[in-house]
Amino acid sequence: MNRYPLWKYLIIAVSLLLGLFYTLPNFYGESPAVQISPLRTTANVDTGLLQKVENALKQANLVSSGIFLDEGSIKVRFDNTDVQIKARDILQTVLGNDFIVALNLLPNSPQWLTSVGALPMYLGLDLRGGVHFMLQVDMDGAISKSLDQYSSDIRSSLREKRIPYAGLERQGEQLTVKFRDIESRTKAEADLKENFPDLSLRAENVGTNFNFVTTIKQEAQMEMKESAVQQNITTLRNRVNELGVAEPIIQKAGADRVIVQLPGVQDTAKAKDILGRTATLEIRMVDDERDLDAALRGQIPFGTELYEERGGGPLLVRKQVLLTGDRITDAQPGFDMDNQPAVHIRLDNNGSRIFKQLTRENVGRRMAILLIERNQTEVVTAPVIREEIGGGRVQISGSMNSIEAKDIALLLRSGALAAPMEIIEERTVGPSLGAENIARGFNSTLYGFLAVAIFIMIYYMAFGVISVFALSVNLLLLIGLLSIIQATLTLPGMAALALTVGMAIDANVLINERIRDEMRNGASPQLAISAGYERAFGTILDSNVTTLIAGIALFAFGSGPVKGFAVVLCLGILTSVFSAIFVSRGLVNYFYGSRRKLELVPIGKIWMPEKTDAYFLFSRQASAGTETDLREIEETANETSVQSIETKEIPKEEIIEPNEVKEITSKPGIETNEPNEISETPSTALNETKKKPRKASTKPSGRRRRKQK
Amino acid sequence: MDFFRFSRDIPFMSWGKFSIVTSFSIFILAGYLIATKGLNLGVDFTGGTVLEVSYNQGADLNRIRTVLADMEMPDATVQNFGTSRDVMIRLPIIPELSSAQLSETVMDALREDDETVEMRRVEFVGPQVGKELLENGALALLFVSLGIVAYLAIRFEWKFGVAGIIANFHDVVVILGFFAFFQWEFSLTVLAAVLAVLGYSVNESVVIFDRIRENFRKLRRAPVTQVINNAITRTMSRTIITHGSTQMVVISMLLFGGETLYYFALALTIGILFGIYSSILVASPILMLLGVKREDLVKPEKKPKEEAVV
Repeated sequence: MNRYPLWKYLIIAVSLLLGLFYTLPNFYGESPAVQISPLRTTANVDTGLLQKVENALKQANLVSSGIFLDEGSIKVRFDNTDVQIKARDILQTVLGNDFIVALNLLPNSPQWLTSVGALPMYLGLDLRGGVHFMLQVDMDGAISKSLDQYSSDIRSSLREKRIPYAGLERQGEQLTVKFRDIESRTKAEADLKENFPDLSLRAENVGTNFNFVTTIKQEAQMEMKESAVQQNITTLRNRVNELGVAEPIIQKAGADRVIVQLPGVQDTAKAKDILGRTATLEIRMVDDERDLDAALRGQIPFGTELYEERGGGPLLVRKQVLLTGDRITDAQPGFDMDNQPAVHIRLDNNGSRIFKQLTRENVGRRMAILLIERNQTEVVTAPVIREEIGGGRVQISGSMNSIEAKDIALLLRSGALAAPMEIIEERTVGPSLGAENIARGFNSTLYGFLAVAIFIMIYYMAFGVISVFALSVNLLLLIGLLSIIQATLTLPGMAALALTVGMAIDANVLINERIRDEMRNGASPQLAISAGYERAFGTILDSNVTTLIAGIALFAFGSGPVKGFAVVLCLGILTSVFSAIFVSRGLVNYFYGSRRKLELVPIGKIWMPEKTDAYFLFSRQASAGTETDLREIEETANETSVQSIETKEIPKEEIIEPNEVKEITSKPGIETNEPNEISETPSTALNETKKKPRKASTKPSGRRRRKQK
Repeated sequence: MDFFRFSRDIPFMSWGKFSIVTSFSIFILAGYLIATKGLNLGVDFTGGTVLEVSYNQGADLNRIRTVLADMEMPDATVQNFGTSRDVMIRLPIIPELSSAQLSETVMDALREDDETVEMRRVEFVGPQVGKELLENGALALLFVSLGIVAYLAIRFEWKFGVAGIIANFHDVVVILGFFAFFQWEFSLTVLAAVLAVLGYSVNESVVIFDRIRENFRKLRRAPVTQVINNAITRTMSRTIITHGSTQMVVISMLLFGGETLYYFALALTIGILFGIYSSILVASPILMLLGVKREDLVKPEKKPKEEAVV
């Protein structure tokens, strides 16, 4: 009855091996490293660069313990953080501004593990130190900004079409365009509908005026918000790249929020500064007539400035700003008519009007698009104007490959934030605290585990050892699972790990107590083991589901560290059910299941009640006046149409279930090691015992005798 | 080894009235404490800034207070945190000052005063975020409660769901009462602990309920009180051993987990102790009060022939 087929053992073995395999990387720890990745897609990370890095380190006498190319970046390992920081500084000067040189921690796990995807758990910010920001995008600001834009666009559009209007007012989220007569309004309606599809128009007559009340359509607003958040994320990503963070996380959270996590960053002042700054784009004319060489020598001509073109040479740019970046509504990489890579830019109405004029006057000259960030100006690109460009669609092409086109489009789009942002949550953890937190979490789990293990082994003897083994398997599988899904481990997560140890033992305690209980009732060892497991199962399931409900709620409503707690809690419940029931049963079956004559279940000394039977309930019932109680029950049973029962007529031999019989009746041959003999059951109340047959095939099914009333 | 030697059912249910009255008083007391003293909500919920700094030698709290007062932040609370070298500074939200700058400004001032100061942790939570976290916490509490009631109602019967959740609400209110009385800081981690307790101590009730159901099936003639007494008595050993084990781990957290896990573990400890009490002496008496009976669980129509046994 207590045997497992081979395949069950195989499942246990395979899950154990997998657990061990994926848990393994966590034991190797991490070493300080420097990660070099390209700032722009144009910069190549190849063996040439690898050589350069190696040479630079050699020259500076810095010993690295490993240097390799990995997924488009170069990683260099060091023995300690001192060397790491020195190396970072040196490499940054050698490699220049095209690369990000960031401090990082690299797992020490050997290549053969990494190559099959066995990676250590990802440590959360509270364990490795770093900064967490939550930023709120000011959507009202974005909408208000675009309303201002619209009002000036409407003005210029009406002026251009020579439609007379009496005024334009903004109130809250709506714009009112006033007309003196209905004809101009009708004319304007056609124009506005064509040019501003995102606006909804509503005619309104106030006094002598014929007005249009316009608002931004709901779906257009949604789109605007969506793209504002997206653009802000792109901008943030570009800025974070400058910070030199190895594995930054920048993601959308909810409708209008962005989360930025910068592991390892300690200089929060700088981080905040960079995240919060504003960048602007400007279009100015390039001055090719003046003497560039003289300017390079330091004599910059009046009214111009000397800048460097990205990926190109120096040039002189006029100070006069013709157009600013707010006029750019979109920029996308693509191809021109000759199939050359190009950047397509869209300007708003006002912008296109200015641009048309600008290009008409400057055919054959070069214009420069400048990105200004924190008083640092860079020429993104400086194309030659070939013809007058109207309609607000601008195409920049020539002297760029498709990757550069993508870069430029990105910069044009993301140079500035679409809407202002505000930091609404900040959590910074220093590196020393991070390391301390790891030790705290680890020690809590370790000592908690040891205490539980020792106690359980003493209390339940061999079965205790098996329970503790199951508990270790649980921990192993849990850590393995967390590593596989690359969950982020936080301090509350480690607390959940410890708590899982305390809670998972519950299943084994339930089983062991149940086995003892069965033995107390006089079941034979094999039967007791089998029944113990069978009966405990339902209870274990119920109690774990309720905890799982709590875990899921925590995951759904929790944020940050609490989520980490919830993930570990939920997975811990799943692994604990598996290990406590399946694995421990497997072990029990392996060691004891095959013995034909198991004299003793090594589950610690079981105390036997001195009273005659285990169901002490019955003795009480038999001894004194429960007769009335019984009647009452019978009556209620009658009312609810359960067939009533006549006890006295049934001879004892026909008691319902053999299993039950074993529990209750005396049997001299019961195989227990206990000295207390189980003697005759004294009561007729026995006969009331009725039990629904259990599914368990291990027990012979009882024969029942029916008696209809 | 066997600690539990009951040769008779312990008459828990005969103490039912007494225990319900006791629990109700505790409940009222805890509720009163929460209402009057209020929870000492952490920065997670109130919004504001918390700075944790450490010094090489024991920190001079008064000097830090002076520094902060000079910066016109008299509302700041300064206290030791863990050891005498670690200091926690709590700053309320200052509308004029950008939240992001606040911590930097304070850090700079402290650094000027004493160079050895090291920033350990900064937490800033904006007022709207705090409010949301509180709302989400309440939502989670509601979700867990309803989920558990629903599950128990499906697996057992609605009376069990109600009894279980009342018992566990009792636990939660008691935990909150403790936090209100001692004015321990109620943070996001403590909330997680409270929710875990909710799930965990329902465990306890479930184990007893399971036995009650089993007893209803087995002991056809026994009165309800005895069925329940027997169920509790016979799950007693499991109760004590399991909770003992969990408590060992929690104690380990109390000792080694540091400040962050301290209140978490404390909440769990209270939750575990009262969890045992409430599932035995609150959940089951309520079950009795609700008039649980055999027919609630042993469905006669399922196998009519066999039910007619004997």
